[in-house]
Amino acid sequence: MRLINRKPGPSWRISLAMLPFALLLVAYLAGSAARLAENPQDKLLPSVVQMADAVERMAFKEDPRSGRYLLWDDTAASLKRLAMGLAIAAALGLSLGILAGSLPLFGAALSPLLTVVSMIPPLAILPVLFIVFGLDELSKVMLIVLGITPVIARDLEQRAREIPAELLIKAQTLGANTWTLILRVVLPQLLPRLLIALQLALGSAWLFLIAAEAIASTDGLGYRIFLVRRYLAMDVILPYVAWITLLAWLMDLGLKRLTRAAFPWYEGGRA
Amino acid sequence: MSFIQVRNVWQQYGDQTVLENLRLDIDQGEFCALVGASGCGKSTFLRMLLGQERPHRGQILLDDKPLVAEPDPSRGIVFQRYSVLPHLSVLDNVALGLELPRAPLLGRLFGRAKAEARTQAAQLLRRVGLDHALDKYPSQLSGGMQQRLAIAQALIMKPRMLLLDEPFGALDPGIRKDMHALLLELWQETGLTVLMVTHDLSEGFTLGTRLLVFDKVRNDPQAPGAYGARITYDLPLNLDRRATREAVAALPAHVTGALKTA
Repeated sequence: MRLINRKPGPSWRISLAMLPFALLLVAYLAGSAARLAENPQDKLLPSVVQMADAVERMAFKEDPRSGRYLLWDDTAASLKRLAMGLAIAAALGLSLGILAGSLPLFGAALSPLLTVVSMIPPLAILPVLFIVFGLDELSKVMLIVLGITPVIARDLEQRAREIPAELLIKAQTLGANTWTLILRVVLPQLLPRLLIALQLALGSAWLFLIAAEAIASTDGLGYRIFLVRRYLAMDVILPYVAWITLLAWLMDLGLKRLTRAAFPWYEGGRA
Repeated sequence: MSFIQVRNVWQQYGDQTVLENLRLDIDQGEFCALVGASGCGKSTFLRMLLGQERPHRGQILLDDKPLVAEPDPSRGIVFQRYSVLPHLSVLDNVALGLELPRAPLLGRLFGRAKAEARTQAAQLLRRVGLDHALDKYPSQLSGGMQQRLAIAQALIMKPRMLLLDEPFGALDPGIRKDMHALLLELWQETGLTVLMVTHDLSEGFTLGTRLLVFDKVRNDPQAPGAYGARITYDLPLNLDRRATREAVAALPAHVTGALKTA
């Protein structure tokens, strides 16, 4: 049988999915063991035991200086910023996308602006944000908002344009005015698309969050990683990175499930 | 005066003339089938009646008044595709037409008003044979059922005319026959004025009380866009049905009321 026609069965699929992860893990463990055998003081590739110790210290023991559980405090601080950034960006992106995508007069004014604004590298204006909004929470949330709103808005604008003209005409023959047409036809059709846009923007949102925390912060997952970097504390950094990855993956999964549960018509409607 | 009067209507896009000098009178209750080769402007004519497009020259009068230049509840429409809203259940697709005109702020009704709208919608859906599918989404329906839904959705508005743009073009022949029967029944019950674009001549002959053929009379091979289509044939059809309709219309109202409920 040709390779292109061979498909994995259900059990094969799971084993194949696990395989690269297992290989990476084995490679790491082997590398770590080899380095530590040569020099027990090596910090670059800590062993599992060392990392478990670090997690124990960060997550389950009070920090001697502050009396807090650092991992959970960092997680709460970061998730709060991320959630606020995502929520504001979603609301703004949805509004701008609908305005630009379904009202031609607004689209004429907004589309070119959105295109240009989305080309500004958000990290390049981070100093501006710090100057304007101060070093507090606001500037970090604003970085996420400015970073992903244009992407979401442009995606939703495109989706709003793709709604068949027939549907908009039909709604008008059913007695809709512009506002109720948006409320009952455009908005509900764009909501599942908004969740998908958020899912795609999640990666950038985390990027901007970590960057903002690394530069100016006193807590947060990104802050901690960049803080312990000074001591080459790979035993803390690696578990933190794994934890961030897990959180991001769970959010992605949650958004996917939510899309399917809240909009059962969506997948079928695309066929 | 006639119900719909088309007065010397021209339509052109750039230097492409699509329709030229259309003159037409349509009486209330007629079932006009619009046929012609593809690209001959029959759909363009329908879009002008719908208010989606404005005539380049000339005007269209409805009850002696110029036609409103944007789609509104006085004209129902069924397209070949994308006629129903994919995010609403079958029942809500029809109830929407009762909700939107009464709720200009929120676009939806609540409480008893909502229940009443849904009951009324369910009645109409039973009439078109969709009472078993009230809670389904359109994507779960077959093509024929989706078009039944689209017709019910248009009829709930009690429009002054029903416009059909190749509504059964994508259906297979058996289903199409069922739809013809349903459409004729509904036309007879409601006394609606129907204009239907079709590329299927036999469909036009079966359904219509009047057949309008669109064709280009003049053609300049050096400038294919110079001349537009006209109505080249205007044939009365199915005279028996037309006569029945006129006889019923002539009866006093209390008798016809009894007939319609029977």
